[in-house]
Amino acid sequence: MASYATAVADTFPKLLIRNAKLYGSRPAMRHKDLGIWQTWTWGQVLDIVRAYAVGLHRLGLKRGDTIAVVGANRPKLYWSVMAAQMVGAIPVPVYADAVADELAFVLDHADVRFAAVEDQEQVDKILSVSQKLPKLEQMIYDERRGLRDYDHARLRPIDDVVAEGRKALAEDASAVAWLDAQIVSGKGSDPSIILYTSGTTGASKGVLLTHERSILAGSDTVAFDKLTEKDVALAYLPLAWVGDHYLNYVQGMIAGFCIACPENTDTAMQDLREIGPSFYFAPPRTLEMLLTRVTIRMEDAGFLKRKLFHYFVGIARRYGERILNKQPVPLSGRLLYRLGDFLVYAPLKNVLGFSRVRVAYTAGEAIGPELFGFYRSIGLNLKQLYGQTEAFLYVTAQPDGEIYSDTVGPAIPNVDIRITDNGEVLFKSPGMFTGYFKDEAKTAEVMTEDGYVKTGDAGFFDEKTGHLKIIDRAKDVGKLNDGTMFPPKYIENKLKFYPNIREVVAYGDKRDFVAVMINIDLAAVGSWAERNNVVYGSYQELAGHPLVYDIIEKHVAEVNRSLAADKVMGGAQIRRFLILHKELDADDGELTRTQKVRRGFIADRYASLVTALYDGSSEADIATEVTFEDGRKGTISARVKIRDMKTEPAAGALEKAA
Amino acid sequence: MRAPSGPEIAVGDVLLSVENVSLSFGGVKAVTDVSFDIRKGEIRAIIGPNGAGKTSMLNVINGFYHPQQGRITFKGKARGHMRPYDAAYGGIARTFQNVALFRGMTALDNVMTGRSLKMRRGFLWQLLRHGPALAEEVEHRHRVEEIIDFLKIQDIRRVPVGRLPYGLQKRVELGRALAMEPELLLLDEPMAGMNIEEKEDMSRFILDVNDYYGTTIALIEHDMGVVMDLSDRVVVLDHGIKIADGTPDDVKKDQAVIDAYLGVAH
Repeated sequence: MASYATAVADTFPKLLIRNAKLYGSRPAMRHKDLGIWQTWTWGQVLDIVRAYAVGLHRLGLKRGDTIAVVGANRPKLYWSVMAAQMVGAIPVPVYADAVADELAFVLDHADVRFAAVEDQEQVDKILSVSQKLPKLEQMIYDERRGLRDYDHARLRPIDDVVAEGRKALAEDASAVAWLDAQIVSGKGSDPSIILYTSGTTGASKGVLLTHERSILAGSDTVAFDKLTEKDVALAYLPLAWVGDHYLNYVQGMIAGFCIACPENTDTAMQDLREIGPSFYFAPPRTLEMLLTRVTIRMEDAGFLKRKLFHYFVGIARRYGERILNKQPVPLSGRLLYRLGDFLVYAPLKNVLGFSRVRVAYTAGEAIGPELFGFYRSIGLNLKQLYGQTEAFLYVTAQPDGEIYSDTVGPAIPNVDIRITDNGEVLFKSPGMFTGYFKDEAKTAEVMTEDGYVKTGDAGFFDEKTGHLKIIDRAKDVGKLNDGTMFPPKYIENKLKFYPNIREVVAYGDKRDFVAVMINIDLAAVGSWAERNNVVYGSYQELAGHPLVYDIIEKHVAEVNRSLAADKVMGGAQIRRFLILHKELDADDGELTRTQKVRRGFIADRYASLVTALYDGSSEADIATEVTFEDGRKGTISARVKIRDMKTEPAAGALEKAA
Repeated sequence: MRAPSGPEIAVGDVLLSVENVSLSFGGVKAVTDVSFDIRKGEIRAIIGPNGAGKTSMLNVINGFYHPQQGRITFKGKARGHMRPYDAAYGGIARTFQNVALFRGMTALDNVMTGRSLKMRRGFLWQLLRHGPALAEEVEHRHRVEEIIDFLKIQDIRRVPVGRLPYGLQKRVELGRALAMEPELLLLDEPMAGMNIEEKEDMSRFILDVNDYYGTTIALIEHDMGVVMDLSDRVVVLDHGIKIADGTPDDVKKDQAVIDAYLGVAH
């Protein structure tokens, strides 16, 4: 299938025609509208997109032009992408929730003359910055509501554009000939789309991709996960995000599977259950939210149900993953798991909409082993991938049966990975971008001379599994004085996966060893204290309790053991730790508003503690100013104890990463 | 689709007029000699301090109370003795100050009840749910889904309204009133008890209803800011007496209104 796709169709319009031929009467797209799932077959989609393309051309869209696509996942916006590509224009999807200024930046930078938008909200947003967008000529919209009284000189419904194109195709033979010529003359090396990065690090950049490369990359992963025209995916992640464009649009076009658009963002979870997708992607955050929701509902359930749930989740934890990985499991375990599947796992998966999921991915941030293990244990084939917009998503992915919570898998077929001396991951892939739009300087910055792309992430290959482990942003990775690599976030995350630990700040760059400051989780540790008759009057008292120190020490020891198992990380084991007497708080500037620790700021604020961590003293005094919720300020002073840790012998001879 | 009875009234003409209406309960005079009109297509507000007789006025329009004196003309026809369901059949729908929904029923079913006036098949037919009754239900369900889409409550379609937050319940209630496809929509304190965000949403919906369905709206409201932004014309009551009537700007400047709201030295 993959080879057929690449041999015959090197552009998306050609793929669409192929799909209409091969799967003409199979569903290509579904959308829930007025409470009912509407379906369009590949044949119908081709028909609409052809008319739409001619309509766009009549409006003035030409080969090489850019057209913005702004809104939620809706068929008409996906068709806008297809129709633009058919004309030879380059679609530029923009995040629907971008504020007006961000939108203006992208629209202006991408030189768009046209914008296909979802509704009045987006029209208003663009109109509010229209004086910054002299190049913008026409807006076309999906949802008519509220737009009736607007000046329609530069505004019209998508339906009208399609209808106009349809009329032209029916009446004018030259329009048909023109369109067919456009499709034939499209080359694989033409740009297919510009995806703007979200701009978490600096201004957003337009990643330019081509038809041929996108299709090559997509064909590889379609083959990797054995996706076929019988699969179904729910398109609920932002249209402008590389993940949606790749996983749904591109893979859907290549494999010919159906993508379903939810009714609106709030109904996505219900729609998921109704559609029952076979291919699913969710960021760790979403998976965590789902699990929390299930847990809360189970706590409210009746006694019998609750017992049953906890018992069988325990069974799943013991055998589930091994069964999924096709490893040997005793017969009794198999039978119990079967029973659990009947009573608990299958109904649970049904509620979550996972009943038919064959392949599920998560990516974007580190996922806790507990969380990851839970979903796998109930039989969801959840895997991890690592990717980037610049790679056109996939760099690595875990193959079925080789799943670990702390790796992102080996390189996907045809992708080449290299790791530099300072630990940065470089890759070269069939789908990689051709450059940042109108920004050669930035392009040159991330490309190496021999054509590899710098990811900005630090990582290494795990010895045992051969999988890549991503540990931190490359610029945050430091070195201990003996040259051992020190990725703070990697160590912090390992500790934060324990429910008793809320925040961690790790130090080690240009130091002799790694030391950490820990924030306990009041809810988790507090409930432990209640159960074990540990009396405490305040957070500070609980944090300083010797028994609490004992618990945390166990966690740190476990982390050290897991660090020792990696040859590269063995030297970065934690030697000393302390438990902070107060919770780190965004109001005090210790965390960012998105709850990330501000390592540098904390080092200054708790300077005396950091010094004590490294001068060998067993306790230290600290006084910090705090801001109360009503804005008053006060001081908290405390004597904080510091514990030494034993380190494990590292695996193999200690070869320095450097 | 409009309510069938009565002549067609052009936008801007008087849809409903209240002439010299007085209403009292025993010795308590709720409304005294009040006259005003509501024109087709406008958003008309009735405001006033607590106990000014606003809700009584609404109940009079709605046919729930019968005024001892005065006359009410709706669509050119003077109304005699009228019951609330006559008003409903005549094209007047309302929402209530305290949400009055069927708490155990889903949002969808609640909105669906708004269609019951339009159902032509009898109870037995509907029980059968076959043939014409089914076709009719599908048609009504389609209308209801349009309203659900309009009010953006798709995600709570299947949730019993008793479990919904207050702001959403208000929205469902508006949906039920809209399902009647009224010519005149009476809203009794649509924003009461809402936070700012909910108020903004509700204002948006009220303007959209007026714009999209062309529904004439009469609303009672406490929140002066909201009233002044939303309405085309405002009538002000105080102690059952009309003290002002005009555009929001005129009313704001009216000394009698300022006195009624801020109090005046006696």
